[in-house]
Amino acid sequence: MTPFADLLERLVFSPARSAKIALLRDWIATRPDPERGWGLAAISGELAFSAAKPGLIRALVAERTDPVLFGWSYDYVGDLAETVSLIWPSPATPPGPAPTLPEVVAALGGVSRAEFPALLARWLDSLDASARFALIKLITGGVRVGVSARLVKVALAEHYGVDVNAIEEAWPATAPPYLALFAWLEGRGPMPLSADRPVFRPPMLANPLEEADLADLDPADYRAEWKWDGIRVQACAGPGGVALFSRAGEDITAAFPDVAEALRGLHAVLDGELLVVRDGRVAPFSELQQRLNRKSVSSRLLRDHPAMIRLYDLLYEGAEDVRHLPFDERRARLEAWVRRASPPRMDLSPLVPFRSWDELAALRAAAREAGIEGLMLKHRASPYVPGRPKGPWFKWKRDPFVIDAVLMYAQRGHGKRSSYYSDYTFGVWTDEGELVPVGKAYFGFTDAELAWLDRWIRNHTVARFGPVREVEKSLVLEIAFDAAQLSNRHRSGVALRFPRVNRIRTDKPAAEADRLAQVLALVENRRDAA
Amino acid sequence: MTPHPETWLSVRPEGLYCEPADLFIDPARAVPRALITHAHSDHARPGHGAVLATPETLALMTRRLGEGRAGLTQQPLAYGESLDVNGVRITLFPAGHVLGSAQVLLEWRGVRVVITGDYCPRPQPTCAPFAPIPCDLLVTEATFALPVFRHPLAEGEIARLLRSLALFPDRTHVVGAYALGKAQRLIALLRGAGYDAPIFLHGALFPLIEVYRAFGHDFGDLRPATAADKSALRGALVIAPPGAIQDRWARRLHDPVVALASGWMRVRQRAKSRGVELPLVISDHADWDELNATAELSGAREVWVTHGREEALIHALAARGIRGRALSLVGRGEEDEGGGPEALPAGEVAA
Repeated sequence: MTPFADLLERLVFSPARSAKIALLRDWIATRPDPERGWGLAAISGELAFSAAKPGLIRALVAERTDPVLFGWSYDYVGDLAETVSLIWPSPATPPGPAPTLPEVVAALGGVSRAEFPALLARWLDSLDASARFALIKLITGGVRVGVSARLVKVALAEHYGVDVNAIEEAWPATAPPYLALFAWLEGRGPMPLSADRPVFRPPMLANPLEEADLADLDPADYRAEWKWDGIRVQACAGPGGVALFSRAGEDITAAFPDVAEALRGLHAVLDGELLVVRDGRVAPFSELQQRLNRKSVSSRLLRDHPAMIRLYDLLYEGAEDVRHLPFDERRARLEAWVRRASPPRMDLSPLVPFRSWDELAALRAAAREAGIEGLMLKHRASPYVPGRPKGPWFKWKRDPFVIDAVLMYAQRGHGKRSSYYSDYTFGVWTDEGELVPVGKAYFGFTDAELAWLDRWIRNHTVARFGPVREVEKSLVLEIAFDAAQLSNRHRSGVALRFPRVNRIRTDKPAAEADRLAQVLALVENRRDAA
Repeated sequence: MTPHPETWLSVRPEGLYCEPADLFIDPARAVPRALITHAHSDHARPGHGAVLATPETLALMTRRLGEGRAGLTQQPLAYGESLDVNGVRITLFPAGHVLGSAQVLLEWRGVRVVITGDYCPRPQPTCAPFAPIPCDLLVTEATFALPVFRHPLAEGEIARLLRSLALFPDRTHVVGAYALGKAQRLIALLRGAGYDAPIFLHGALFPLIEVYRAFGHDFGDLRPATAADKSALRGALVIAPPGAIQDRWARRLHDPVVALASGWMRVRQRAKSRGVELPLVISDHADWDELNATAELSGAREVWVTHGREEALIHALAARGIRGRALSLVGRGEEDEGGGPEALPAGEVAA
């Protein structure tokens, strides 16, 4: 377990993607089969055990420690697995050699419920604190180190010099510990392939539209759709099963059993926007957010936050790859497919007809409905190409809302920004003349502006709380954001979507910054329609 | 009838006071007569009249506080030698914490009191080794007095650092370490592990390195990080005070891996909240097992706890029939790990 524990430890503290990839590559290069495969499966969430409930771990540790000292320790550390791993009293002589990761995996598959507590205690006795932590996280199903399955595939692709899309295709045909996959990557075997298992295909992405670009584009060449404020998903359905993938290739099927059920029996690969829709209206993004990152979903959540897919592209019709076809042909096929299959929990994202860019600009400016972020422009002849090719697709977001807010707190960033105060909490005035925080922005500024803000913050600090500085309430920031939503998780009662620093308003006195009432007026999900 | 230590050893606003010898031990403010266990700033304050300490501690104090501020008069007392002050016999023994750090044995009218100061029972390459001293009353620190603090072997942590250097050969590895004690120990451990490349130091570390060198410690090739150009720091090891590793000073480094050497790094949330990428659990303090073992080996029937997590240690000692008392001395833990991560200087440290 120790090499695996070391890997976990490094991954957990390494925020940079490049560092995570380097750590994964080192693991792939240095650990033998089947340990490396089990390790990759465990960190990317493909291998989850629920052999132990927290209650069992607590009971085991209670037999071995003073309850008062355990209580103080738990209060101090804050995490049960970590407290137990640190406080566990190692016997003077371990009961046997420390188990390896493959031994743990094998034993978990065969052990009976009655034997498990004694086995676990023996394991904990023979491991050191960091390996105990890894073991407890593994058996309670909670290894979370910010590594997605996609990142594992990218690391494999980089390590073996293979196209990551080829790994995506082979992936569904192997299972942990991926022996056939490694055999293929190392030239010892054929590429694992399985015709019908759902496979993630990297989606086609759009570039932001600069309005100056429009002059060179012929409106007749482009189709427009609304840009929905949900989650881009790829829905795969076929004889081998159904799956829902996020834009990054994360398998999110388990969190959306309602949508997965609707896909069953179909045969296609579809591109669309996952939304919560109630009474025909798209709910604010925050409602969809509540359904994310769940391993199981309560029936109440399913009822109150019903999800669906708004379709806008077709990658496979049946077993036929149609990605090479021009957009117009794919669209015609998609429309015909929807008519024929009339699948529940899916509808078509309509095309927005227009004749000139001016007309489209007016439509965009008028769209203030919740759930619409702006427009998508797609070239009528564009094939479906993975990645972000320049030219065929554009996203044209609606103009952001803008407020003038006062900088209240600043926090250090991470990674390359760790020496800069780069996360800014800003607030607006209440009617009582008090500043309330309404959001946090950590992008939008240039490097030069960041350096300026960093210097300003250091020179105007009034208090420090660890990595956070409270500053004089005298600097106005123009904050742009895409939407304002009511929120009971924020003291101000309002949450902003994608807030960013538009400008530094050194010209504006703080007292003239905006008021909370002005921000609340922009809220789109007011329930009191009256 | 021997007098109970409570009748001649007391806590005053200035700190722990020995009445018959008329001196304070590690007082928190300037006093006429002070006995100093070691040169960390929360134990060695400026402006005392007379200072009694080991020669190493006097040299370190003088270097840090300046001539004349580390006691108007200084009296050195080497380890193992005794001094009679108004009938109180004072002997200093190695505490294993930093160069010159001492445990204090006070003997008066047949009663033996040991004040550990900050201590570390594991042998260290840069200071004389700690040994427990039999006594009637033990006055101990309790910085890491929770059973979650069991320090791993420092050599293992150094091996993790060296593995990381091999894994990220282009990145500067910057290790936060306190200027007095931790930095020197880290360098000695690295040299002991066979790392013989130049080690680059933040400018604030050199004055104390010179004192260690004057007492015969060799650290190999040390160079100022400030003078090195950015490409020379590619893949290099840099040691700096904890306050500098993520601040403006660190911008000169090449895509740094930020490491921090401290006993607090045992707790993940502490490492995370500091933004540390490579936490190294290396402590100059006794861990939980060592605090308990030291109390037991001293044979003391009573233990006073100066600072740290008194309640847990006192609870554990009570289970063994040892009476504990919390002194709650103020002003401790402002330097070195004693203060915990919250007390780490968040601001700039002059290069």
